[in-house]
Amino acid sequence: MNQSEKIKKQMEYSHMVQKASPDSPIIMDCVKAFVSGGIICSIGQMLRNYFTGQGLSQDDTGLAVSLILIAASVLLTGLGLFGKIGKFCGAGTIVPITGFANSVASPAIEFKKEGWVFGLGAKMFQVAGPVIVYGTVTSIFVGIIYYLAKLVM
Amino acid sequence: MDIFKAFWVGGIICVIGQILIDKTKLQPGRILVMYVCIGCVLGALGLYKPLVDYAGAGATVPLTGFGYNLAKGVIEEVDSSGFLGIFTGGLKAAAGGISGAVAFSWLAAVFFNPKEK
Repeated sequence: MNQSEKIKKQMEYSHMVQKASPDSPIIMDCVKAFVSGGIICSIGQMLRNYFTGQGLSQDDTGLAVSLILIAASVLLTGLGLFGKIGKFCGAGTIVPITGFANSVASPAIEFKKEGWVFGLGAKMFQVAGPVIVYGTVTSIFVGIIYYLAKLVM
Repeated sequence: MDIFKAFWVGGIICVIGQILIDKTKLQPGRILVMYVCIGCVLGALGLYKPLVDYAGAGATVPLTGFGYNLAKGVIEEVDSSGFLGIFTGGLKAAAGGISGAVAFSWLAAVFFNPKEK
């Protein structure tokens, strides 16, 4: 009786472990993504506060913040550090604008050896290209719908 | 205080991306495309602006903010120049970020070589 209870408990435990273990890397990944993504956005917010304090308009502030984060990510990519940081942070560095910048810089550097025009020049847009294509198409749909809605109303 | 808001909102947007990467095995590139389109649609529906007002860089720094900019740009441009604004507004709003990424990356490719793996 006692022993069968023990076995039962053990089985329950191993079942729990089985259930929990495939998820645990995800939880760890999410914690890393949360902290690193949060830090990048906090840096963005500090820059935003600084530029707003300098009297820049909201649009100009947004652009200035983006350009600084892009320049920093490109530099880190060039130094070979972005990949290492990115491996640890996961989506924390991919989802912010830093990931977009890295997706342009990384193939640009990588494919330089295949030529300046069709190596660097073309491969640069491996990921950024689709992002720009679908972003533009979506914005045009938005524009058409907004334009028609304005006509009707 | 606004830095804390940027931290947790930006962090959560990244966690959603992380869950998508881990659970669906989507490539990061597809996540970026998705985020821009979602940001653009949410921006057009007026749902993203409250998030930007609340979280500042927490909402503008993730790529959904890039999509939101596209929607905002196209709507402003249709207001100011009418029909042709449909074609100019989005990319005009994105011009700075795209040009910056392209120019900096080109320069980086001039000065840096791929690192040994």
